[in-house]
Order: sequence, then C-alpha cells, then structure tokens
Amino acid sequence: MLVLHHASKSLTGTFTDVSAVDVEGNSISILIREEPPQLDSSRATDAVSGMVLGHVMEGLVRMGMDGRLEGAVAEDWEVTPTKATFWLRNDAKWSDGRPVTAADFIFSWKTALKPETGSEYAFLLFAIKNAEAINSGTLPSSALGLSAPDSNTLVIELERPVPFFDKMLVFPTFFPIRADFYAASKGRFGADADQLLYNGPFKITRWVHGSSMTFKRNPHYWNQEQIHLDAIHVPYITSDATASLNFFKDSKISMTGLQAENLTEAMRMGWQIRQHRDGTVFYIDFNFREGRATNNLNLRRAIQAALDMEELVYKVTKLPGYEPGLSLFPGWLMGEKDLLRREYPPTKISPNAGSAQAYLQTALQELGLGEPPPLVLLSGDNPISSVQSEWVQQSLKRTLGISVKIDKQIFKQRLAKMTAGDFDMVLAGWGPDYNDPLTFGDLYASWNKNNRGEYNSPELDGLIDTAQNQLEPAARMRAFGDIQQHLIENAVLLPMYERGVTYVVDPRIKQLKRRVIGPDPDWSRAYIDSGSE
Amino acid sequence: MLTYFAKRIALGLVTIWFIASATFFGMHAVPGDPLAGDKAMTAQIRANLEAKYGLDKPLGSQYLIYLGNIARGDFGISYTQENRRVNDIIREHFPISATLGILAIVFAGLGGVLWGALTALYRNRWPDVVIMFLVILGISVPSFVVAAISQWSLVGANLAAGTTILPIGGWGTVWHMLVPALVLGLSTMAYLTRLMRSSMLEVVSTDYIRTAKAKGLPATQIFSRHQLRNAILPVVTVLGPAIAGITTGGFVVEIVFAIPGLGRYFVQAIQQLDYTVIMGTTVFYGAFLVFMVILVDLVYGLIDPRVRVEK
Amino acid sequence: MTAPSLSPEDFHPLQSSVSDQQLGRPSLSYWADAWRRLKENPRAMASLGLIAFLLAFVSIGPYLWQVDPSAQDLDQIGIGPGADRSVTLAAPFQPWLPEQQATTLDDDVLGFTLAMPATTQAVRLVWTMEPGSRYRLYRNLFDPSDTGSFGLPLAELDRSYFEDRLDLHAGTYYYSLVMLDANGAETSSTVTEAVQVTRVISAAEALQRGLIESEGDAQLGMALELAWHPLGTDYLGRDMLARLMYGGQVSLFIGIFAPLAFVLLGVIYGSVAGFLGGATDQAMMRFADFVVALPFLLFMILFKVIFGIGPGESGIWPMLVAMIILLWPAPARLVRGQILQIREEGYVSASRLLGGTTAYVVGRHMLPNTLGVILVTITFQVPSAIFTEAFLSFIGMGVAPPTPSWGAMCNEGIKSMLTRPHELMFPALLISITVLAFNLLGDGLRDALDARMRGAE
Repeated sequence: MLVLHHASKSLTGTFTDVSAVDVEGNSISILIREEPPQLDSSRATDAVSGMVLGHVMEGLVRMGMDGRLEGAVAEDWEVTPTKATFWLRNDAKWSDGRPVTAADFIFSWKTALKPETGSEYAFLLFAIKNAEAINSGTLPSSALGLSAPDSNTLVIELERPVPFFDKMLVFPTFFPIRADFYAASKGRFGADADQLLYNGPFKITRWVHGSSMTFKRNPHYWNQEQIHLDAIHVPYITSDATASLNFFKDSKISMTGLQAENLTEAMRMGWQIRQHRDGTVFYIDFNFREGRATNNLNLRRAIQAALDMEELVYKVTKLPGYEPGLSLFPGWLMGEKDLLRREYPPTKISPNAGSAQAYLQTALQELGLGEPPPLVLLSGDNPISSVQSEWVQQSLKRTLGISVKIDKQIFKQRLAKMTAGDFDMVLAGWGPDYNDPLTFGDLYASWNKNNRGEYNSPELDGLIDTAQNQLEPAARMRAFGDIQQHLIENAVLLPMYERGVTYVVDPRIKQLKRRVIGPDPDWSRAYIDSGSE
Repeated sequence: MLTYFAKRIALGLVTIWFIASATFFGMHAVPGDPLAGDKAMTAQIRANLEAKYGLDKPLGSQYLIYLGNIARGDFGISYTQENRRVNDIIREHFPISATLGILAIVFAGLGGVLWGALTALYRNRWPDVVIMFLVILGISVPSFVVAAISQWSLVGANLAAGTTILPIGGWGTVWHMLVPALVLGLSTMAYLTRLMRSSMLEVVSTDYIRTAKAKGLPATQIFSRHQLRNAILPVVTVLGPAIAGITTGGFVVEIVFAIPGLGRYFVQAIQQLDYTVIMGTTVFYGAFLVFMVILVDLVYGLIDPRVRVEK
Repeated sequence: MTAPSLSPEDFHPLQSSVSDQQLGRPSLSYWADAWRRLKENPRAMASLGLIAFLLAFVSIGPYLWQVDPSAQDLDQIGIGPGADRSVTLAAPFQPWLPEQQATTLDDDVLGFTLAMPATTQAVRLVWTMEPGSRYRLYRNLFDPSDTGSFGLPLAELDRSYFEDRLDLHAGTYYYSLVMLDANGAETSSTVTEAVQVTRVISAAEALQRGLIESEGDAQLGMALELAWHPLGTDYLGRDMLARLMYGGQVSLFIGIFAPLAFVLLGVIYGSVAGFLGGATDQAMMRFADFVVALPFLLFMILFKVIFGIGPGESGIWPMLVAMIILLWPAPARLVRGQILQIREEGYVSASRLLGGTTAYVVGRHMLPNTLGVILVTITFQVPSAIFTEAFLSFIGMGVAPPTPSWGAMCNEGIKSMLTRPHELMFPALLISITVLAFNLLGDGLRDALDARMRGAE
C-alpha cells in the first residue's frame, strides 16, 4: 500500500493535463495509429512515419497550404531536362543551430541509395544520374550525379528528363540527414527522440515507445511566423477505432476518424464532421499467369459487368467521401490544364447481369469448361477487407454462380502470395508517391515489380514508355488517357472506389491540413482559435 | 532443499531451450516473407537485407546462431523497426504488462477474499445472491466485451461529470491502471470468490470453530482469527499460477485501453510477421513463466512446513 | 378372570418370515448414484436443459429457420429485431442528369428543394445557383437546430444539383446546403430542408427477393413486406438468427470437440505413463512439463499463423489442432496421478488377488474411477475453449470470413455497440449462457461424482 501511495503522490494529476486543446499551453493533443516504425528518413516508407517526419523535418520543397509546391529549405530552384539546381536559404538551421547545407542532402540521398541500407523507396531517386547503378551495387556512391558548388547550392544531374522532378522532392526520402550526427548515432539513427536531428517546425522532445510522443516548437526553424502551436502532444498510440472515438468523446484528442458504425453517434453528439479523399484507389487485381482462368478476357469482363461498385460504396462501406471507382487514375490527378479525368473521362461500365452472363458463357467456351471455375480472392486481414471480400463473394455467386474462395491473410503473407502468383483475384490499393499520373500509370508495365498479376501487354508497355519519356505535356496526358482506356477495355483491373476519410476535429482548431501527397494530417500550421466553439 | 532447486533450475533451462526451439522452427515454417514491403524491391537490396538478418545462411547454422544469441540474452533486431533491438522493446514494454498484471492480481486476491468471505457469511441471503450473480457474470462474459463496455461506461461517466473522473485509456499514472487492472483481474477474482466461499463454508463446520463458539468467543473474533485465516490458505495456493496467466493474458485490455504493454506489441508483431520480436517475446515469456513457477514453489517451501517435508 | 385357552398349536415354532435381508434402499451403481445426486441439483439440471437447448438451437434450428446465413439483404442492413418491413414498389433506379437550374439567387432559401419524391433509391436535390459559387451539402439524422451541427458532409459542389444514394433508410433526413466563400470557408448563407424518405423496391428486385410472383403482378405504389429477420440483421444485411445458429455450430464444435479431443489424448498419454511407471513415466512426464511451459495464448496465435488458413477454408481445424497440441498435458498429468493412486488402492490389489486380468482391472476399476474426474475436466474446459475462440476472433486470428462464429460476431458487434446493440448482445448472450451452463454443469458433476461427497449435503 505504501508503494502505491507513494506512486500516486508523484503521479497524480498528470492525466488531467491531457486535453484535446490546451489554450493556455497553446498546445493540442492528437492520436497516432501506430508507433512510427522508422524515423530514419532514408528508410521510412509508411504513412505514420511520413506524417511524423513531415512535422519535424523539411526537405528542399514542401506542399503549401494552398496545395501548391513552395520553397522550404530551398529558396529557389530551376529544373531543366538535364539538371536541377536548388539554392538553399541561409537561415535554414538544424535543431542544434548549425545551418542546413547542400552536403546534408547529398549525404542523405547517398545513404538511401547504398545497397546496404536496403531502402524500399530508393527508386524515387533513380531520376538522378547513376542512382540506379549505385543502388544495385555496380557503381560506387561517389559516382552519383550530385554536386555542391557552395554550401548553399545543390546541383542535380538527371539521368533522364523528369518533368515532375521537383514535385517528387516532398517525399521523406529526400529530407536531409547530417553526416556527423548519423555516424554518432551508431546504427540507432531515428530510434529515439535524441537520436534524430531536426530541421522542421517541431522537434520530438519525448518519445515513450508505443505509448506517447511530444513535439515542441523548434526554435531554430527558419519560418517561425507560420508556426503557431507551441507543442503537439501524442498521448495515445493505438489503431483501435473504438478507443480513438472514445478518446475524442472524452476530450482527450482533437481529431478522430469515423467508421460507418459511428456516424449516427457523431451526428447525435453534434460534432463537426468533415471528409477528405486521401487519394488512394482500391481495386480488384487479377492474376494473368498462364493457366489462370482470370487470364481470360471474357471472364474478367463478366466479373466487371457483375460487380456494382455503387452498391459497394453506398450500401457496404457506407462512408461519405468514398467515390465509386471508375478508373485507376483517381479524380484529383491533374492533367494538362484541368483535372486529368475531365480531360480524359473514363468509360463507365454499368453493371448488367445479362451481359455478365453472356461474357461468362463465352469465357466458359474459350476455357473449355462446363461450369464457372471457383476463384480464389486474396484479401487483407483488416475488417474492411473482410467485409468487401464477403460482398464480392456474394455478388459473384448471385449474378454469375461463381464460387469465390476468400483467402484472408496477414499483410506480409498476402504480399508473399501476391508475389508468388498464388491467387486469382486480390483486393489491392495504391496510393500516390508523388503528384503525377505516372505514380499510377506505370503500375501495369511488364517490367514493374508491383505488377504482381504479371499483366503483360506490349501495347500498354508502349503507352507507358511514352508517358515516361515524352516531355511534351499534352502528349503525356494523352498517353495517360490511352492507358486508362486500355485498362478499362481489357478489364485489367476493376476499380472499386477512391477512399474517403471521414473525421471529426475540435472546432477550435484552424488550419488543419489534410493532404493527398505529403504528411497527412498536417498540424504544423494549425492554430487555436479560442474564441470559437 | 538446495539440490532440489538446483535441479529445478537446470530443468527450467532445458524447458527454455525447448520453448526456444519450438518457436524457432515454428516461425521458420510460417509461410510469408518478413522482408516484404509495400513496394517490390530489387534483388540486390533483398540480398543485403537477408544478410543483415542472417537469413542467407542454412537453417541449421541460423538455429545455432540463434541459440547462441539467446544464451547471451540477445534477441536481435526488430524487422519492422530496423533500428530497435528486441531487448529494448521487451525492456520498455514488459514492465507495463507486469505492473498491470500485479495490480490485477492484487485486485483479484483482495476482491476474491473479501467477496468470498461475505458470501459465506451471508449465505443464501441477498448479499450472497447479488455477489454470486456478479461472479457468474464475471466468468461468463468474454473479456473483450467487458473491457469495451467498461470503457464506454467510463466515457459516459466522464461526460456526465463534465470532468475526468478516471482516464479511459493510455498509460502513465496509477489512475490509468485502475479500470484496466480491474477488468483484467475480473475472471480471476470471480474464480477466487467461489473458491473462498466454499473454503469458508468448509471451515465453518470444523471442530475448532465449534470449540471457539463453545468457549464463548465473540463472532467477530472467530471470523477474523480462525475462519478467515484458515479459509484463505487454498486461495493463496492458486494465486501462483494465476500470476503467470494474468501477466501474459493482458492482450485484450492492452488493446482496448491503448496500453503500450508487451502483449499488444506481440499481436502487432504477429500481424507484421516480425520474426525476431515474435521469437524474442515468446522465449522471454516462456522463461518468465518457468521461473515464476520455480519461485512460487520456493516461496511455498519457505512458508508452509508441510510442503518442505514432502519434498 | 379366566385362564387363556391354549391349544397345542400354540406350542409349535413360528414359521420363519424373514426370508432374505432387505436393504432400506435399492443398490445403486456408482453412475446411477451420481445421476441421482445430479438430478437432485436443480442448478445442474437447469444447465443440462440449457445445453440441450443450445445444441438443439444449432443443430435443429437451421432446419426450422432455413435462411442462408451468408445471404446479404442489402435493403435491410443492420436493422434491429422487429424493425418495420413495409416497402413500396417503385420504378427501377434511373440515372439522373438534370439541367442546370436558373441562376437567380434567392438569398434566404437558395431555392433548395427536392427534385422528386425522396426514396431509398436516391434523394435528388436542386437549388438555384449563383454563377461561380461553391456549396457544401450536409445530411443529418437529427435536426441541426437541436444538435448544433449540420451532420455528415456529403459533397462540395460547384453545380446546382446533387443526388444522394448513400445508405438511405426510411425516415427523416435533414439536408443542409451551405454556400462557401472564395476561400472555401462556410458563409452564413445556409438552408436546411427536412426530407421524408420512403423505402422503395423495384419490380425486378422484388422478384429476385421473392416478394412477388412475377413482374406482371407488380403495380407501382403497391405495398409489400421485405423478408423477415426476427433478430435483425448484421452490417451486411445477413440474418442474425441464421448466423447465430451457424456461428453456434462453429463455437460449440470448437468448445466441445477440442476439450474432448485433447482430454482423450491426455488420458491415453497419462494412463500409459502411469501404467508403465519408472523411467518411461518420468520421461513422458518431463515432456508434458515442456509443453505445459509454452505460453498458451502466444503459442495459440503462433500456431494459427504457422498452420495458416487456405482459400475458402473456415480455419476451424487449425484452431482445433493448435488447442490439442497445447492443452493435452494437463489432463495427462491428472489422469496419471489418478492411475498411480488407484493402483495402490486395496480393491485393485484384491481384484488382482482374485485373479483379475490387467484388462479386467483397467476396465472394471481404473477407468470408471478416473472417468468422473475426466468428465468434470472436459466440462470445465468447454468454457475456456469457447473463450479462446472468441479471443482469437477479437485479435483478428479467428475463423475466416464468411464463416460465422459467436466470437467473431461479438467482435463485429462491438464496433456498432452504440447504434446497433443487437449485433453484440445476441452473440454475447449466447456465449455467456453456454459458458454459464457448462460451469454449473461442471460444478454439479463434480459434486455428484466426488465419492467423498457421497452423503454430504
């Protein structure tokens, strides 16, 4: 009892300090879904690490509040087909007060490319001269096409012209790392709050693994006037949606995502509900390997005509903001002048049980089968995938009499099965890595390792080649339009929906930015408007 | 006595070897690829990663290296958090699970004795009926349902009070622990209550209680001096196994109440197929259980002379 | 006083009337006696009744309530028991492409109105629009003037019409249209419209669901009744009653079969060890100790991952096998202890002396005397097996979809606990009843079979 008493004396009261919005302390509390797995920017791949890094680090450029690219560490830049030059600002500093220099970027990018690092996102750097050869170990890292004429100028030689090169630089892989600090951390770089050097608006001052984090304003950050909050607290780390909702209800966190089941409750509570489309497209992928029934075009067309994605979105996922899928290219991608999808509207395939049956009969004849073959549908182990795969199973059974076997697997096992081609259909999703249609467009190229169904079409490969290498914007966008048409006509994939996020946020918080590219949600420019309720 | 425990400890070490081997070969039989990520990777990078985790060596030598590392208490590097060691992960998360478990045991033990004694005293009267009904509820509802409903009720209470009566989740202070520990200890408490009740009833009908009554001792004194003391013994003997069960069984409350314990971490590691964390956690827990059992035996040997003679 | 008259017969001996010894009560075998005592225990009998009911529910139930547990009734998703089923027959859904509305702005009401009667197929709204302006459209289940928020944001639009098809149910919805300023911030120019949505179904859909005989019978505006779901439906519109029955098959199968199997394995292992004795016994028991030392839940999860669940499989067998592998040692120890004890009993020696063969001794004395303990163990293991299944479902390692189980249903139900409590309540209730019944039966059996308890209480 004595121990308990003693403990409570030293610990009482601290829990009341956690509140969604602390006006006096000029701070807010938020929840993150999981412990950031990797805060070493050269190796980070996931959204949570990206979100944390986006608050504490800064690259050459960043996405502004208006969604346009703006200078960050770089004051100005210039991209030509052969090289890119960035002029760094003088007042960009690390959290220990020393200036951020071109050498810090060169070190970081070389680290990401080193084969020993094993960075999954090294391919983003392949636009730089010799990067791919260095990454595969055939050239030394000194051969990389980077140079710094002075400490504030970074010159990048390009392997090939990349029209959207500057837009790619918002990705964490392009953040700077300082060599001396990296060496001093002895392999633990990014593992703890004090094992990182920060150059962003905030710095991590406390990190209790799996439990809580604190971000405090970084006094050395150059753009102080845009930063309003003094601290961002992360008192909870949990992926449990119910817990998250309860924390919000209990005024402990200032934002929570909503599931379809919670919408009524949110409306009853009178919360300010918002929505945001996160840019990710979900679709059904097919296996095109020899001997798979799904290699048959008419079978795929039968399935395409049988599934009513509007029913899926309106009756099964039931969240506003979800858009029934029409194309691999989501609606937000920009084309030449307007949205790509306005310039090249995708053909809508309306569900039709009659034509689905007709396609199926043709397919059965071509396959020499008497009755529809059972199909294996590979699916993730999260609840949403389960519900969707059960819906697909029922729909195909009802319309086509196809029996679908659901193969629910944990993430890594699903990936292994996808790579091995151990499936007929798989529920997949693709989020953008950079703001150009190519981030989706080259997915079904025969050389793309992420094309796990091994779709192989010389026609499509040719279109992708055009989209990659053509510099003239109109011709590029036309290529994307043709890719889109090819994918729909050949039923290469069946877009299910573009994902929406429905969430509630404390009404006193202003300038919370939700994004498709870059850290999401972005609290770095947020402020508290204590006058509003 | 000493040679007996030396033998027990030697046997414990063999048991840990068994657990470690079962885990190792089990994990390597798992289909799936721990290195797979969202993006496909090149052969070169893959080879580098395999070398980093020693996956490029034949299974036999991997096993020997693994056993050697365990003998030195080194569980390796996590696959999902490439810059964190499994030892650090256990060191940071296990104390949380253990604290929660100990508190749950305290609740279960105190509650079990108290409610058990009460029900025996008021046998077949309303306190007995009410408490036994709650006990039955405690053992017949799945723990995740109990946890979810208690968290939801707590939110309701906080909302109604307009202030935080108790935190609804998270970790940090004693207050954070109360409700999760209660939920975690609930089924053990229910079990102990039943045990205590029947033990009390057995004691009531013994000769020494009759003698105490006959010589005119006041009821309160009979209750505290004779009845309670003697009835508590069987309860104490089952506490040992319960400790191990509760400390490793915290998965549900840790998930529901967002508590950063090792149980929740283990579940995440399974979903991520984080080989080293899974193996490290399992071996660590196995070793923990083995030595808890030995420790409990040792303590009994010191407390209860009868046990000492038997062995 | 006269002397009694005596006859010579009076001096004959009485005939013996006591032929045999008579006992006060009929002789009872161990089992008959145990059954007698169990019958006297009302709680045990009630629990036996409950178990019989549950078994009937999952085995006979599906024959009485022939509804496909995986059929999705998307017209009735997540409805509670006793929900209204009336529906009106309407024309099939047609895409809607309205003309842009006139551009005169009536600032008070924005000209916000329904374009046609609101149905569960779609709610179609139009408004008059100022050129170049943007609007945000909200939908609410509650009156915004009561809750203080507009509710669910449906869309941001730069046009003058919207078609809402998202998860529409019969009832009142409050639609609010808010004009946005140049920066995308909401202006005070708002209007709220209460919309009464009626449930409709097209003739083709009605035919498919068997509500009408042929499309010829269909007349627009005709009132029909949707399929009946006595206990409501789940998040995919599947019949709860049918899912509870089929889910019960899974839960009870695991709950009862797993303990039977691992106790049987344990009995064989334990009795062999106990019988052989000596070094073999020691070695066998050491191995059992190893297996006991494996942390149960951790290895349960591990085994689930190792065995994996193939496409289209339910995942019941891997769970069962994992439980058997991990749980046999406890009954094995118990039985071994019993066998060792019984071996030394006087009646066993007596039986041997009287020429009883080993088979006779085992069959006549050993097994019947351990059977009681075994039976009690099995009964008490049922609740923990059911809980284990529920726990694995909770962490997403349970049976694979679309196989239902009570644990998986509970886990799904928790998410919608606040709005649709029936999805949690029914499976949780059934788990509780099962666990309770087996616990009470176990208590009763223990009391009834425990020889020391004979005559007590």
